[in-house]
Amino acid sequence: MNKILTVQDLYVYYESIYGDYKAVDGVSFEVYENEVFGIAGESGCGKSTLVEGVLRLVKQPGYIPKGKVIFEDTSLLSLSEEDLDKIRWSKLAYIPQGSMNSLNPVIKIDEQMTDAILDHNDIDKEKARNLSVELLKEVGLPSELAKMYPHELSGGMKQRVIVAMAVALKPRLVIADEPTTALDVVMQRIILQLLRDLKENYGLTLVIVSHDMAAHAEIADRMAVMYAGKVVEIGSIYDVFDDPLHPYSGRLIAAIPSTKKKYIKGIPGMSPSPLNWPTGCRFHPRCPYAKPKCSKVDPQMRKIGSGRYVACHTFGEEK
Amino acid sequence: MSQPLLELKDVTRTFEAGGGLGIFKSNIIRAVDSVSFTITSEKPLITALVGESGSGKTTIARLILGLLEPTSGLILYKGKDLRWFKKKDWMTYLREVQPIFQDPYSAYNPLYRVERILRIVIKKFKLASSKSDTHEMMIRAMKDIGLRPEDILGRYPHQLSGGERQRLMLARILIISPKLLIADEPVSMIDASLRAIFLDQLKVFKEKKGTSCLYITHDLNMASYISDNIIVLCKGRGVEEGPTESVTEDPLHPYTKMLMDSISIPDPRERWKGRIELSSSSLFSGSEEAQGGCVFSATCPNATEKCTKESPNLTLIHEGSKRKVACFQR
Repeated sequence: MNKILTVQDLYVYYESIYGDYKAVDGVSFEVYENEVFGIAGESGCGKSTLVEGVLRLVKQPGYIPKGKVIFEDTSLLSLSEEDLDKIRWSKLAYIPQGSMNSLNPVIKIDEQMTDAILDHNDIDKEKARNLSVELLKEVGLPSELAKMYPHELSGGMKQRVIVAMAVALKPRLVIADEPTTALDVVMQRIILQLLRDLKENYGLTLVIVSHDMAAHAEIADRMAVMYAGKVVEIGSIYDVFDDPLHPYSGRLIAAIPSTKKKYIKGIPGMSPSPLNWPTGCRFHPRCPYAKPKCSKVDPQMRKIGSGRYVACHTFGEEK
Repeated sequence: MSQPLLELKDVTRTFEAGGGLGIFKSNIIRAVDSVSFTITSEKPLITALVGESGSGKTTIARLILGLLEPTSGLILYKGKDLRWFKKKDWMTYLREVQPIFQDPYSAYNPLYRVERILRIVIKKFKLASSKSDTHEMMIRAMKDIGLRPEDILGRYPHQLSGGERQRLMLARILIISPKLLIADEPVSMIDASLRAIFLDQLKVFKEKKGTSCLYITHDLNMASYISDNIIVLCKGRGVEEGPTESVTEDPLHPYTKMLMDSISIPDPRERWKGRIELSSSSLFSGSEEAQGGCVFSATCPNATEKCTKESPNLTLIHEGSKRKVACFQR
């Protein structure tokens, strides 16, 4: 399998008068061609900041102290802004969180799509217009919708318009941040179904960021679990769900309610603050297996078998 | 049968949309359309009110809490009509029927320290006789709910996390010990790892304090975990009702079936099978009004002509059953 995206030891911090918020604190992972890679974690763990870091969209007071992001053969962090613009959207598309609410309320759908396409592509207006109608069809929307305004659409339809725009230039990689959040269950299913279809039809690679473990279970091939600015576990979706190696991933899965489960269990304690991460393993204050070492030494990512990684001192030891 | 704790009888609430300046055509939206259900007083139960956005869930909560008045229909609390409540009745009612909202942030005054929200209820309902009693009561409630008083006391709302704010609301509930909680998506702002703790607390209230709960959610997974009974709403109409287990195991209404098919099971080995498609007429927001027919008829795979003309009522599936469904095709 070919790597399409490699993130190496990426850090994203936010400056503040209290010190740096270490939102993403040394994250590495790889994404392979034509897979669906899920990034899971609770609010505040740095998922969205990670994605912004990867796409170099971090704005002041945020900054990237160090790290490497390699997309295909290009190192994104050392590109000029101009060159980066050429890659963004045409090869590397991004669906930000809540972007369905960022459609311009006073411009018709097809015009918004056409404008966006023309901005990144050298085709004439007529072609761009036809392309946008075609794209709407592709995402399962009727063509009369092209002449409508955003307020006339439901949330699920707006999200589909956003997805259509993201794939307009046939990108190689699409990064979607919480694509199903704030949608009804039926619409969540339709959006995930659509993303999967597009992946098949266009040969896309997808990175899906979501707090919802059930969404990952539904669509991802491999996944990473984040906690407190770090990735704690990476593995195939089956491995992670069948046999979670990190105590946090296991508990996160056990905490999801389901019609198939009689009992769920929460994780006592609070998520720590990015201003002041706990020393050693960041999960140790909430971890039932924590040993003295865990509060002192930061566990490194270890490779366990093919494609499986975990950052935990207690792994492989007696629990 | 003893008197139900809360009873809704054919409650309808409409809103007028548009019609600005008196020159534009206005639209009447039936947010809640002849909804009836009861919450028993025989034993404390958690009833889940399930529906997608726009199904009228929150409007029902607001009607029950007296924040809105029904356009028609009755809401009875212990047999008494809310409309004829005297001031004294409202005092009792507002103490016995307590809300928990989606984001409790707006319930706090940002200028005051958070414990004020506890102190006010103790004062208002005269639950403690002295200042030290008040303090002790607050500390005990916080500890019972799993909050560390030293982390909370003296802080301002913006300094607490969503989870802490929501749990402080639970501490408030614990102090008031109401008869009925109206919980409108109470965990949507809470991290997954803390949700279970919150939900279990509602179960503790039910078992230890005898507090019933109307749990409003769009998430059938959540509803099936927390509730004893389920009421399914579709576009303001009740379409199915019954004990949670039998509804989730064998949904009868096609809408409930669609909801059940769409929930994701957190297990990669149980992915969705097949696909679902929505008819294009069901896609547009608010464009299609139920023209006297069943609210689900535009999307329903089994809809007949009758379904598009008449609206089915929520009726028992057979005598003696606990399940109700509103569908002609049964």
